[in-house]
Amino acid sequence: MNRPIKVLIAKPGLDGHDRGAKVIANALRDAGMEVVYTGLHQTPEMVVDAALQEDVDLVSVSILSGAHMTLLPRVRELMNTRGLADVKLIAGGIIPDADAEALKKLPGIAGIFGPGTSTQDVVKFIQSLFTHRK
Amino acid sequence: MTDLPQLLARFGAGDALSASRAMSVIERGGDEAESLLDAIYGKTGRAWRIAFTGPGGAGKSSLVDRVIEKERARNRTIGIVAEDPSSPFSGGAILGDRVRMAHAQGDAGVFVRSLASRGSETGLSALAGELADVMDAFGRDVVILESMGVGQVETRVRYMADTVVVVLTPEAGDDVQTMKSGLLEVADVLVVNKSDRPGADALAADLTAVIGLRTSTKDPWAPPVVQTSATEGRGIDALDAALAGHRAHLDEKGRRAARRREALRERVRLLVEERVREDLWRDPTRAARFDGILEAVVGGRTSPYQAARELALP
Repeated sequence: MNRPIKVLIAKPGLDGHDRGAKVIANALRDAGMEVVYTGLHQTPEMVVDAALQEDVDLVSVSILSGAHMTLLPRVRELMNTRGLADVKLIAGGIIPDADAEALKKLPGIAGIFGPGTSTQDVVKFIQSLFTHRK
Repeated sequence: MTDLPQLLARFGAGDALSASRAMSVIERGGDEAESLLDAIYGKTGRAWRIAFTGPGGAGKSSLVDRVIEKERARNRTIGIVAEDPSSPFSGGAILGDRVRMAHAQGDAGVFVRSLASRGSETGLSALAGELADVMDAFGRDVVILESMGVGQVETRVRYMADTVVVVLTPEAGDDVQTMKSGLLEVADVLVVNKSDRPGADALAADLTAVIGLRTSTKDPWAPPVVQTSATEGRGIDALDAALAGHRAHLDEKGRRAARRREALRERVRLLVEERVREDLWRDPTRAARFDGILEAVVGGRTSPYQAARELALP
């Protein structure tokens, strides 16, 4: 028996706004996913600790602070060194197009979702990553 | 498929990722899950299991966070299994207990696993107990089970833990009378959280009075009533003392062993029932006879009880 797709929604860094993260969390829940939410002000280490203990299929980080170019590769790197190379990573938030293109080229970053993305696009994208499990 | 021998070897060496993956094997169920539970059972039984239960929003996670702080100061390692409800519509769930557990973060001595209820109707599912087994076998000194919000009649939780903490808030005052049978009966420690709010003293007094009316003398333990404010950090020493008191009580006269024996009896009984029920409907001849007998019931020729007697036969 498969369990539903399990997602960690994390907010690394210093920005204090998690409305976007909560909107995404609700959309994923309504699409039948199990969503672990960890709250604000997480370090990349805390995010990866939570991903490891929860054994999630995907980590989705929300970054509004502008620190995405350092935070996101750092999360990926820590995931890889902790044995989570097979866990997918996506990010959303205020990420300029040029940065998004650069990040998408990095290995192990499955998707970047900027402002204006519909929640259904995120749901469909995540489901497409795990079609083999259905 | 999982390479179970390799997973178990790493698990035995204290690898946290393997503990996490072992819990996922159990979540997926089936033969692999049973093999894993068979393999680790001999290593369980060392941890002190504490269950926190009570209505949703009572502050269970915040109190658990305070207990983490206290137990970590004693250098005890901790495993937490926190259950939240699945949506009956989508099957999805938001597992948000970590948000309140600040003391679990950045500490390898605290392992938190969130679990969705997936249709289980009790505050703590059987699966939660199995994940607690993994935490126990992993060598955690204290294993805390946090139930989803429950109503008045939740009583199965007493089979899941050595110490059951029932958390209420001043708003629960009017329900205390109806709670006499049910949740209150399984409490080893009663907490009135959010005691900075009006009505807390009255509720604590009511609870103390209700407990005083207990006539069962099987267990001489009188559950202490503790007033706390988890977010303000008040009453935490009293809660800590109440937990330690119950732990010491269990240590006397073989009470812990007796309680666990009762819990294991219940657990094995449920597993047998589950197995028999599955086997019952897997039997192809019974499935074939079912439709015919059902027609007789629908047609009024056979009563549901006659039908059941016939179908229960092999």
